[in-house]
Amino acid sequence: MADAKTNRIGLTLADYQGSKSTLCAGCGHNAISERLLSTMFELGIKPERVAKLSGIGCSSKSPAYFMSRAHSFNTLHGRMPSVATGALLANRTLIALGVSGDGDTASIGIGQFVHLVRRNLPLVYVIEDNGVYGLTKGQFSATADLGSKLKTGVANELPPIDTCLLAIQLGATFVGRSFSGDKKQLSTMLKAAVAHRGTSVLDVISPCVAFNDHEGSTKSYAYTKDHDEPLHELSFVPVFEDIGVEYGAGTTVEVRLHDGSRLQLHKLEESYEPRDKVRAVVRLLEAHAKGEVLTGVLYVNTEAPTFLDQLGMTELPLATLPADDVRPPRSVLDDVMRALS
Amino acid sequence: MATVVNDVSLQVATVNGSGSQSANTVLLRAIFQMGVPVSGKNLFPSNIAGLPTWYTIRANHDGWVARKKEIDVLVAMNPESAKEDVANLRSGSAVIFDEPLGLSSLRSDLAFYPVPFDKLVQPVGGDAKTKKLLRNMAYVGVVAQLYELEMPEVERAIGKHFAKKAKALELNLAAARAGFDYARTNLKKNDPFVIQRMGANRGKIIIDGNSAAALGAMFGGVTVVTWYPITPSSSLVESLIAYMKRYRLGPDGRATFAIVQAEDELAAIGMVIGAGWAGARAMTATAGPGISLMSEFVGLGYFAEVPAVIWDVQRVGPSTGLPTRTSQGDVLSVAFLSHGDTRHVLLFPATVEECFRFGWEAFDIAEHFQTPVFVLSDLDLGMNNWMSEPFSYPEQPIRRGKVLSKEDLDRLGGFERYRDVDGDGIGYRTLPGTDHPAAAYFARGTGHNEKAQYSERSDDWERNLARLTRKVDNARAALPAPVLEGQGAPVGIVAYGSSHHAVLEAREQLRSEKRIETDYLRVRAYPLSREVESFVKGHERVYVVEQNRDGQLGALMRLDLTAELVPRLRSVAHIPGLPLDARSVTEEIASREGR
Repeated sequence: MADAKTNRIGLTLADYQGSKSTLCAGCGHNAISERLLSTMFELGIKPERVAKLSGIGCSSKSPAYFMSRAHSFNTLHGRMPSVATGALLANRTLIALGVSGDGDTASIGIGQFVHLVRRNLPLVYVIEDNGVYGLTKGQFSATADLGSKLKTGVANELPPIDTCLLAIQLGATFVGRSFSGDKKQLSTMLKAAVAHRGTSVLDVISPCVAFNDHEGSTKSYAYTKDHDEPLHELSFVPVFEDIGVEYGAGTTVEVRLHDGSRLQLHKLEESYEPRDKVRAVVRLLEAHAKGEVLTGVLYVNTEAPTFLDQLGMTELPLATLPADDVRPPRSVLDDVMRALS
Repeated sequence: MATVVNDVSLQVATVNGSGSQSANTVLLRAIFQMGVPVSGKNLFPSNIAGLPTWYTIRANHDGWVARKKEIDVLVAMNPESAKEDVANLRSGSAVIFDEPLGLSSLRSDLAFYPVPFDKLVQPVGGDAKTKKLLRNMAYVGVVAQLYELEMPEVERAIGKHFAKKAKALELNLAAARAGFDYARTNLKKNDPFVIQRMGANRGKIIIDGNSAAALGAMFGGVTVVTWYPITPSSSLVESLIAYMKRYRLGPDGRATFAIVQAEDELAAIGMVIGAGWAGARAMTATAGPGISLMSEFVGLGYFAEVPAVIWDVQRVGPSTGLPTRTSQGDVLSVAFLSHGDTRHVLLFPATVEECFRFGWEAFDIAEHFQTPVFVLSDLDLGMNNWMSEPFSYPEQPIRRGKVLSKEDLDRLGGFERYRDVDGDGIGYRTLPGTDHPAAAYFARGTGHNEKAQYSERSDDWERNLARLTRKVDNARAALPAPVLEGQGAPVGIVAYGSSHHAVLEAREQLRSEKRIETDYLRVRAYPLSREVESFVKGHERVYVVEQNRDGQLGALMRLDLTAELVPRLRSVAHIPGLPLDARSVTEEIASREGR
């Protein structure tokens, strides 16, 4: 089974593998791990350049199951954003990948999530969203839809928090929603998110086979498949394969990403313009009203500065600056002492 | 009346937000420049404007700089507090007051100096708002004339304070002179206190502990600072921002640091832990409520073994407590912060010099031991101005601890993050981004084995916790050692942090007034040095002096000492919310010694 095929930096798929997953068979999260792994392989990103960060929960365990050659930090419940921020301050050259869940992001971690988004920290933030707490055995999370039912028949009486809607409003610059069962859409979206510079929030509906895949749940495989409303078909042209792709004028929007790669959105919905924030918000609210699971790249802004760009930091990682750059000379202390005498 | 030279405690009672801080700083500096040892303590409310505030300046020829309870000279500018302030004075004290307050009739055993401040500043100039501020500089002139402060030194201090504001400089100089002239013409001195030039301050500096800490951090090579504003620690980071912007730009003219104001203390410490994991020298500064919020992350830092430096500038708790008052109330909670079995390294600076020194040394310690290090300052040390010898440049190069580079990994082939290779409990770490296929490890707060893999096995858990115990225990000998003063007395005193200054003076009072000789051990770090146990062994009675209710360092000592030594400890714990004064310590120890 070992596929000896190498990517553009000479690594094989095996170089991107992680430990064996301990999540349930059929868990949507495993499919997302697979997509993350293949995305990094296909983009030819060296695992050593990647930092994987997660909070607590089933989703947050998953960084152990792909890319063992990348450093990883499984942090505290709901607090991955702050740890990721610190890691990127220390080393701005890292490619940061945050993996979180709906409880981790929308409940306990909502404060850190919105502030991360507000800063437009360059990071791919994947929410593995199943509307339910798995490790504690099946309580609703804050993304559960109104009226969605638990296995016990209890219905959710509170409206959901739409993490994409929040992210768009508060400053994320690449926001998408996908489905763990839609291999092609998710792969394409992940590649574009990695190529983007800024906060990319991807809310991926990832059904929980143990606690939220039954009749009456709005986060089940069946429900998501039935109600999936793709905004568009996506294709991604990486910068290293800069080939012309034909598309019909007027039917495709092309977005040039930070590294020169191109994301193409072949319009299924005629009027959708993913760079229009107001339109994105309106369309998401419409989807809620209609009970649709609206998927695709909802919003993208390639112009906004990232948090790291705004800090005026030197280009090299702060973590490994030579001692002479971080300890001022004796003459500086003498100056300061003179001023205080 | 016998003159009292260079031993006076002067208190200015004003309303906060009225701009008296500049005037008080000028008074402090003028006395300092005259070579007389001096200290200043700001007692202020948790409020922006309108509530009573007191600033006390103590000049003392013996160099005592702790708070003195007794006030010799009161400058009464606040109608709200004036009557009570006057009632509290000892017989023989003096009161300079704003004439309309009409205080002279309150008591017959005080010297009263009425001054019509509004009238005085009227001809000086400036708009109505400026005139209000200038009233303060006018009392500086009055104080200077009555207590023989040299006017050229007052003017030099004003010059230093308003160096960049020509107009303000001119007005303030005029206001001080108006006060001086008024006092010379209209007031008859009727109290014994005078200031005379000494030579005690040659080469010395004046600085607050928070600024000293900031300087220490800058020279410690700090690269990431994340914080959430909280009194009394905010000025530490604000001072650091100012210094770093000036002195920490790299060869490319860009910052060799990142300073981020986080959304709360959870995020502040989370960023520190993330940055420390990724190899930055990362720190935050906070106070009690922030410490409570940081608890969970500190446990992660301890267990995942991430270097971090946390300044806790202590104020009075529990809860919001007294946000603008000083204490040493966080010692016990910080020592074991977070759930489960934890224990942390603490440093206790007692002087601004130690704030500077621990400011840089804390990073070396945190990176060496790969663990969070707390520096426990307090409001008195952090926010008040102190005289000091100039700080010494760090005598050792920056030590990054056990970090494996790509070249190390080429040579070794691989590594195990939590294996105790050297027998000191400290594993080797790698930094994210290290370009080697064997560099990565999986940091986590969950149970793990030596390879940093998830493990729920009892043997892995026990081995790991035993190693962590060993690691932090080993720190005892590597941390700043206690400082011993005196030898052979039967009575011992143990203290730490800002209590030091009151203890120094109390020992002198005990010796000269009560005929009690004491030895003194000043603790500078936790886990406690073995010298602490030796000190207790060598003394029949040991008074542990600290600024909290329950005797928190005493509690930590009891955990460490053998059972027969514990009864020797006596707690002298005070928490009035004001800086510790010598008299309280002296009287309590003397009384318990039967004197």
